[in-house]
Amino acid sequence: MLLAFDWTQLAQQIVIGLSSGGVWATLAVALVLIYRSTGVVNFAQGEMAMFSTFIAWSLVHHGLSYWGAFFLTVALSFLGGVAVERVVIKPVERAPVLTVVIVTLGLFFLVSGAARWIWSPEVRSLPNAFSTRPIEIAGVAFSIQDLGTIAVSLGAVGLLWLFFRFTKLGLASRAAAVNPEATRLVGVRVSWMLALGWGLAAAMGAVSGMLTAPALASFDQNLMQPVLLYAFAGAVLGGLGSPLGAVVGSLLLGVLINLIGTYVDWVGTDLRLPVALAVILGVLLVKPTGLFGRAEVTRV
Amino acid sequence: MRRWLGIGVWVLTAGAVLALYALAPHLVSDFHSRDLAQAGVFFIAIVGLNILTGYTGQISLGHGALMAVGGYTAAALAVHEHWRDVWTIPLAGIAAGVVGFLIGLPALRLSGIYLALATFAFAVAMPSLLKKFSGLTGGGQGLRLLEQAPLQVTGLSGTVTIFGHTTTQNHFLYYLTWGIGLIAFVIAWLIVRGRLGRTFRAVRDSEVAAASVGIDLARTKTLAFAISGVYAGVAGALLAIQAEIVNPLSFTFLLSILLLVGAVVGGLGSLPGMVVGAFFVQYVPELSTRISSKPGVPDFLYGAAIILVMILLPTGAGGLLRRVARPLTTRLYLRP
Repeated sequence: MLLAFDWTQLAQQIVIGLSSGGVWATLAVALVLIYRSTGVVNFAQGEMAMFSTFIAWSLVHHGLSYWGAFFLTVALSFLGGVAVERVVIKPVERAPVLTVVIVTLGLFFLVSGAARWIWSPEVRSLPNAFSTRPIEIAGVAFSIQDLGTIAVSLGAVGLLWLFFRFTKLGLASRAAAVNPEATRLVGVRVSWMLALGWGLAAAMGAVSGMLTAPALASFDQNLMQPVLLYAFAGAVLGGLGSPLGAVVGSLLLGVLINLIGTYVDWVGTDLRLPVALAVILGVLLVKPTGLFGRAEVTRV
Repeated sequence: MRRWLGIGVWVLTAGAVLALYALAPHLVSDFHSRDLAQAGVFFIAIVGLNILTGYTGQISLGHGALMAVGGYTAAALAVHEHWRDVWTIPLAGIAAGVVGFLIGLPALRLSGIYLALATFAFAVAMPSLLKKFSGLTGGGQGLRLLEQAPLQVTGLSGTVTIFGHTTTQNHFLYYLTWGIGLIAFVIAWLIVRGRLGRTFRAVRDSEVAAASVGIDLARTKTLAFAISGVYAGVAGALLAIQAEIVNPLSFTFLLSILLLVGAVVGGLGSLPGMVVGAFFVQYVPELSTRISSKPGVPDFLYGAAIILVMILLPTGAGGLLRRVARPLTTRLYLRP
């Protein structure tokens, strides 16, 4: 059995895992963006991404090319995210954390319902973003789609990193997340920084949705629910406070799940998520704040 | 004088609650008393969740799975062991309590959102696990009490005779569920107002401070999980008895989410508020379906209702109750 071990298959499975992990990473980064500034996991993030994907579908349906619709949707989603924060989240800014969590759960039902209302619940499809033919690297055939997905998701995360690292606005929003009071004192509008975070998170979610949909033969309004679960798990694995951790965690999770599904017969497709969660739980028990998270120091 | 007034208010409240309990099913139709019974299931589970999340500060996204443990214990005892359905309830509570204790163990290391993931993992894994061990659980088909163990189902003939009174099955289910619900409420009230409740709240407000006054964090947290698990298990068993069927789809992750919504809408840290939470979870989806059944619209309205309630009542119905009752209670408790 060991002699017949297929290294080609292993390499292929790893790339497939990285490709799904990359999509999860974009959504995981969206979760981290909001978690870092408000301490809340946005349960509606996946549904918002699904809504964005349906906007992209409508645009494509009206004659835009995939990439035209892609960038327009990212921009629209940014505005939509800002609007959602202003209308729904701002009123509960000072409420207990769990209240805000429940508001995002309400948002989950609301957005998912709105998508079913506007676009009737039937299956549809998006054109492929990349060529579907395989490409040969070092004698192993990879799908261009997988490689392209990895490139776009990591590119989006990279752009976001550049924004936070090298622009004044990025600096201000990082400051607002770390110490809102002091940031307010130096003249930054902290509340609007939160809205900016929601906008960016919605834009990242849109990227993740528009990468998920074309890879499927067809999709409906349930598109992003599994993706949200994986992104949440990946973000927690990496440490919810760290964007880098979210990316690494999601990529690791993608590879892990794909390899477990392929090589451990007992697991199959049904138990992949539970097994992956069990592994994460094991990691968390050793390192309770995730791989890249830091323990918070609180004053008693 | 004031002391007697205070006692009088208590007696009156208790009397009013008991009268409402006795009369409620006669105010609505027989069919609707079944809905009331289902709201009672949510009530019991949400009171348990409140002890854990509201009073001890441990978030659980896995309470639906604990209800599954209770529901399946009840159904398996009725189907495989031929127990009468109502007698399975205590054992279902104990089974879920033990499982609750076990999923409380990660809480010794994890807190906040990381603990939420641990309990969430449990909730997500539950349906797949139920399908995997199909010998005991009936796999994807689940267990049908009515077909597989008809003799064990109480009130199959349409009427139930209890203490010499004959009632319809729906009324029986109502009285059973809310009767247990009232007892569960009183027990929860005794727990949270006593020494244990103070310990719970100390852990919630500051673990470091609690530990430094000698509170055993591990014992307190796992105990809260176990108690909460018993409540969930009893609720799960009652759900199984009402539906006469359990399958993996009765206990999805959505159930865990709805319980949390109910607890927060009802108001964490308030027991009477949980009635409001239970009714919210039971009736608001139904109401939204009645307004319009176009695809998506009920979900849209349900989401809007949740958001609106949270914006208007950030501390839930319990916070409102406290604010309304404060002038009254402070006057009662102040010595002249």
